[in-house]
Amino acid sequence: MSSIDQFRSVPVVETIDGDRTMVLNMGPQHPSTHGVLRLLLEIDGETVVRVRPDIGFLHTGIEKTCEAKFYQQVIPMTDRIDYLAPMTNNLAYVLAVEKLLGLEIPPRAMWIRLMLNELTRINSHLVWLGTHALDIGAMTVFLYCFREREEILKMFEMVAGQRMMTSYFRVGGISMDLPLGFLDYIKNFANYFPDRIDQYSDLLTNNPIWMGRTKGVALITKEDAIQLMLSGPTARGSGVDWDLRRDMPYAGYDKLEFKVPVETAGDVYARYQVRMGELRESISMVKQAIQNLPDGPVKADAPKIVLPDREKMKTQMESLIHHFKIVTEGFTVPEGEVYQGVESPRGEMGYYVVSDGTAKPYRVHMRSPSFANLNAIGVMCEHNLLADVVAAIGSIDIILGDVDR
Amino acid sequence: MALQPAVTDLESLKERPAVACLLATMPQALVAAKFDRDELTLWIDPIHLIEALNLLRTSSSTTFAVLADLTAVDWFPSEPRFEVVYSLLSYQRHERIRIKVKVSGVDPSIDSVTTLWAGASPFEREVFDLFGIRFQGHPDLRRILMPDDWEGHPLRKDYPVEGYR
Repeated sequence: MSSIDQFRSVPVVETIDGDRTMVLNMGPQHPSTHGVLRLLLEIDGETVVRVRPDIGFLHTGIEKTCEAKFYQQVIPMTDRIDYLAPMTNNLAYVLAVEKLLGLEIPPRAMWIRLMLNELTRINSHLVWLGTHALDIGAMTVFLYCFREREEILKMFEMVAGQRMMTSYFRVGGISMDLPLGFLDYIKNFANYFPDRIDQYSDLLTNNPIWMGRTKGVALITKEDAIQLMLSGPTARGSGVDWDLRRDMPYAGYDKLEFKVPVETAGDVYARYQVRMGELRESISMVKQAIQNLPDGPVKADAPKIVLPDREKMKTQMESLIHHFKIVTEGFTVPEGEVYQGVESPRGEMGYYVVSDGTAKPYRVHMRSPSFANLNAIGVMCEHNLLADVVAAIGSIDIILGDVDR
Repeated sequence: MALQPAVTDLESLKERPAVACLLATMPQALVAAKFDRDELTLWIDPIHLIEALNLLRTSSSTTFAVLADLTAVDWFPSEPRFEVVYSLLSYQRHERIRIKVKVSGVDPSIDSVTTLWAGASPFEREVFDLFGIRFQGHPDLRRILMPDDWEGHPLRKDYPVEGYR
């Protein structure tokens, strides 16, 4: 039986082989499961025979809640799905609704979105790198990563007033223009950050202990990756050369120049290298966005959809009426359905939004990358050592909010 | 970027590889098609679902080898009540397609696609959990997000948003 067939037929908790194996419960309160993931591990001595993830501890029914909200009220829900990549989720949702409306946004808003979206990727990868290394035993990297992450959270606070649940993007643009002094701050960050990536890399890339713990561990082949619906760095570490930003550009990614790091080894180390490569590409994309950032409005000229400026609201009767209408009745969206996939730090984040012509979405479905990538844990861990399970979990970089929604 | 009206006429869509491929090999499977907002949707007869998906997956003219997403929509109270939605992706042609199957509200069930994509397993469990649609041939059809003893299927439209109390 190939590894994938085995995965298909793992229904029961009972052990395969009577007394030989035992079932070990890991989580949901285990520090290395990155949240409330529960794994049922069937082990034969130190070797893992089967793994069964048990999820749903963080299920909050976001998809159901969305159906009871106006389109603009859904945006704060999207942050809470993947709490390490709030802007990416905001982006996927507003792009989907803009596609339903046929709405175009001004260039300045587009570039700001791109810049912050890539900053989000850096933020998420820093948390991944820090906690992944911490799980395996490298304490120092964690402290360095969170030093830079703090700077990014400060920038999020500058633009959105919130460090994590930003809700900064709006249908038709962004909520308000960048604050004074923000560009200098981010320029400074973009200048020194590449050196910081070298610092992390110096600690890990050629570190014999790190290589020993990650090379050849939790292997997954390219064919299995496609079969198991993996995406993002987890799939690219197995040689799947696919990145939505490059291959199906959205939100203006076709205007940026970047490479997509791909590794073929398919082990934890390959996925580590892919993400490190992405950190470098992302900071270069942030720099390009700063250089190309034009002046102009940050909201589309669509008074029935986009909230008016405060200034106009207090001087023009019409704006006041629009504001009142949008806030109390929402805006209607023509009938139809769209699927908008974006490349989140974890893989393909897809929003499937169905409209029935009213002011509330008929159905919002999130195709979350962590939910699909968690598929791989069974194939990755089987016949590996028990201690490598934490390396495997870290390497697929799951967020339980994203898994359970 | 003003909205274009949706094209639902099968005749004018037959140039599209997916439509052409299905019409050439198994025309009985294709029920309807729609092209709207740059996205192609095909409705497939539930009896031919697996064959049609396998054809789209393996045919050299379509190459939709990747299942990107699997979900459902509840159109309560109309009948057939449910639509199961498959979002396929082609790495070669950088293209997406949406396949839909209508499922009756009375004892809803549909063939499982886990034989084509092993990764569809948790997605089908999620649809079973939240909509109550059974997937025939699924190896392990249990609730996945809600507790095992939960009553009802929360994403159905006749299930109140605040839940039963």
